[in-house]
Amino acid sequence: MGKVETRGLNVYYRGGRVHALKGVSIKIEANKITALIGPSGCGKTTFLRAINRLNELNGARTEGEVLIDGKDIYNGNIDVNLLRRRVGMVFQQPNPFPMSIYDNVAYGPRIHGIRNNKLSGIVEDSLKRAALWDEVKDRLDSSALMLSGGQQQRLCIARALAVNPEIILFDEPCSALDPISTARIEDLLRELKEDYTIVIVTHNMQQAARVSDFTAFFLMGELIEFGETTRIFERPKDKRTEDYITGRFG
Amino acid sequence: MEAMKAKVGERVIKACMCVIALISVAVLLTVVGYIFFYGMHAISPGFLLKSPDYTALDRGGILPQIIGSLCLLGVCLLFAVPLGIASGIYLAEYATENVITKSVRFFVECLAGIPSIVIGLFGLIFLVYYLGFGPSLLSGGLALGFMILPWTVRASEEAIKAVPDSYREASLALGASKWQTVRGVVLKSAYPGIITGILLGAGKAIGEAAVILLTTGGLVTYLPHSLLDDVGALPVYIYMVLTVVPASRAVAESYAFGASLVLISIFMLISVFAMSLRNRYVRRMSVIRG
Amino acid sequence: MNALEHVRDVKFEFKRMGLGKEKIIEKLLLISALASILIVFFIIAFMLKESIPALALGWDFLFGMRWQPSHNQFGILPIVVTTFVVGLGALVIAAGIGIPTAIYLAEFSPAWLRNVIKPSVEMLVGIPSVVLGFFGLMVLVVFIRDSFGGYGECILAGWIILAIMTLPHVISISEDSIRAVPVSYREASLALGATQLETIRRVVLPNARSGILASLILGMGNAVGETMAVLMVIGNPEIPWIPHSVLEPVRVLTSTIVLEYSYVVWGSMHQHALFAIGVVLFVIVSILNLVTTVAVKGRFGITTVIKGVWKQ
Ligand SMILES: Nc1ncnc2c1ncn2[C@@H]1O[C@H](COP(=O)(O)OP(=O)(O)OP(=O)(O)O)[C@@H](O)[C@H]1O
Ligand SMILES: [Mg+2]
Repeated sequence: MGKVETRGLNVYYRGGRVHALKGVSIKIEANKITALIGPSGCGKTTFLRAINRLNELNGARTEGEVLIDGKDIYNGNIDVNLLRRRVGMVFQQPNPFPMSIYDNVAYGPRIHGIRNNKLSGIVEDSLKRAALWDEVKDRLDSSALMLSGGQQQRLCIARALAVNPEIILFDEPCSALDPISTARIEDLLRELKEDYTIVIVTHNMQQAARVSDFTAFFLMGELIEFGETTRIFERPKDKRTEDYITGRFG
Repeated sequence: MEAMKAKVGERVIKACMCVIALISVAVLLTVVGYIFFYGMHAISPGFLLKSPDYTALDRGGILPQIIGSLCLLGVCLLFAVPLGIASGIYLAEYATENVITKSVRFFVECLAGIPSIVIGLFGLIFLVYYLGFGPSLLSGGLALGFMILPWTVRASEEAIKAVPDSYREASLALGASKWQTVRGVVLKSAYPGIITGILLGAGKAIGEAAVILLTTGGLVTYLPHSLLDDVGALPVYIYMVLTVVPASRAVAESYAFGASLVLISIFMLISVFAMSLRNRYVRRMSVIRG
Repeated sequence: MNALEHVRDVKFEFKRMGLGKEKIIEKLLLISALASILIVFFIIAFMLKESIPALALGWDFLFGMRWQPSHNQFGILPIVVTTFVVGLGALVIAAGIGIPTAIYLAEFSPAWLRNVIKPSVEMLVGIPSVVLGFFGLMVLVVFIRDSFGGYGECILAGWIILAIMTLPHVISISEDSIRAVPVSYREASLALGATQLETIRRVVLPNARSGILASLILGMGNAVGETMAVLMVIGNPEIPWIPHSVLEPVRVLTSTIVLEYSYVVWGSMHQHALFAIGVVLFVIVSILNLVTTVAVKGRFGITTVIKGVWKQ
């Protein structure tokens, strides 16, 4: 049993006029990094946001099943807020809140009722995990918006870690970053994999090849091919996958 | 030749515009400068710290008016700010576009368009007589609150709408509920904008005479001790001292200058504060949006 | 593992707010939003209730030529006419001075000058009207009396004071809307060989029209509804008449209310007539707002101001 499993997942936008995901069935393993690749508009973000039910915000309709630890999260009895605590997300553009660095990380635990005396420990540990602690430990009270783009993104990772999620979704986390920041985040991903299940969207084939254990290739809302990254990159079964990863496509 | 003529014509028109611009700015500055100049002569510590003595004006001061104006502003804000922010939150965060929101926006717009004297009349009949608050701090403050409510509503709504969706998504993705998101992230980011709108409203309220004239008593020589006490206000004092008080004209004018100076100073303080906050906010928003 | 190990052990104590509480909050917010509607309804209801006896006079009230409460005569036509005369005149002056100023600031003025002028003008938006009235009384009225004779307190004084009051609004909003016209439009026109002035006249102003118009209507609404500034400089004769010259003292709707409410006999026709004047004011201003909404697409009034605040 995978950590996350979808069965016949369909997502529609705008009252059914846009069919963004078409019958996607996939099993995502625990404590592995799964990369989602595919041309722009193929539904990668939509797939990620189906896992923490964030699609609901833009009026999307979801059909099929999404199971986490075998439980359907679209079942009416699920507490969405608890679900989202378990499934963290890091967005394409770094989006720290306009507050201090400390408050950014403490925001999540506070929301979930953690009291002040435990907070500073959680903040420190999360920042350390996100490899940001040494850079900011002397200025936790300064505004998060003063950080560089790469630091902001690591802050967002720390913020997601602070609520102790089981799964973390990364939506092109490095697309706004320079190569050095990107490398740091890739190192981070490899470390985090020990404790978390990671799903990452990327447009960068090398990145997918470098960091991921499994790769899923999407095209126009369909899951074309899914398997171990080495296999996908060395012996793609589908012609379209091969075209895409060799750059002969879109 | 033709081109030359056109060039000259352009220059002339441009020069005219420059002159008009300078005139209009000069006029505005003259008004303020005039009040400051004569007001400085009228102001003394006694004037600021004593109560008016309408029988012998030259011995009195305007302390109850200063305090009264601030109290009225306080009551007004206590009413209009929570209500305005709550409405703004509802319109920006919760409401779907439907009949209710459309009519709320329409009526807010309506309320903003109602002349202040009509608000004053309404305050007189509804607050003073019908609800029996009498001419009082409460009546005056609430009537002012009705007047600036549209400003607090619309400013809150606009400021909240300007908060990028990415903040909301980040908060929700951490498992926050909608209200936690609104309170913890949205309002935190929108508050400079909201405060700017509130200050604009406060500037209107502090200088408003017609509403207060109709809903409070007028010539007051004491400080208010309760919400139902009568209360003095600077704008009303300026008007009254010139029209009602039987004293020498010169003294009345000097006192009106003094009160005008105090009033305009409070107004400008609020105004400058609002503008600097706005500038900071606009700058921050442009940083956020890249 | 390493540092975060013990965080894993932290048992999150979920003190989640129940869905019930969220629903209650939403309801409370909705009720707050409805408060504005309620207030407007109350205003309309109470104003109508108090003014119906006077409105019932019908023609005699709206088109009666004589306002003399002591003789039970409540015709407001002269007052309505002067209200429009005062408001329109002020608007013409404010537009005549304000729009060129706005154009100059937006198109020609050096940046440093604009950075001085714009904030100082904006600071004066909403300057307390009673202070302006006082200024008018001390300076303008005296000046008019000395140079043109008469009382000094007259239509002309009202025009000028109201124009000064409207000016910051007109300048600030017009300038914003002129600057909002994309640079590419200007460049396209200039590239075709048009001069700067032609470009402004044919490209910039037509595109900025709705903003400028909004500022004017807003100004008109303010002018008609304005009380203290006008009250203090227009003279307010005991029995109003339709004036023949700009140097005659007059009365407007707002000043009539302020001058007479304090000695009115409660429950008398006089009181009802004063409230009816309030209703007439309300209607006039609402019509002005409606006209703009229809004439220029989009919402105006307060929205324009508040959106203008965020532009820059
Ligand atoms: N809120 C929305 N409303 C309507 N259509 C949407 C919405 N979000 C996405 N779509 C559509 O759904 C499809 C999938 O979009 P999605 O954002 O998942 O693509 P993506 O693979 O993440 O693309 P990219 O690589 O550019 O981020 C696209 O055709 C897009 O236009
Ligand atoms: Mg995407």
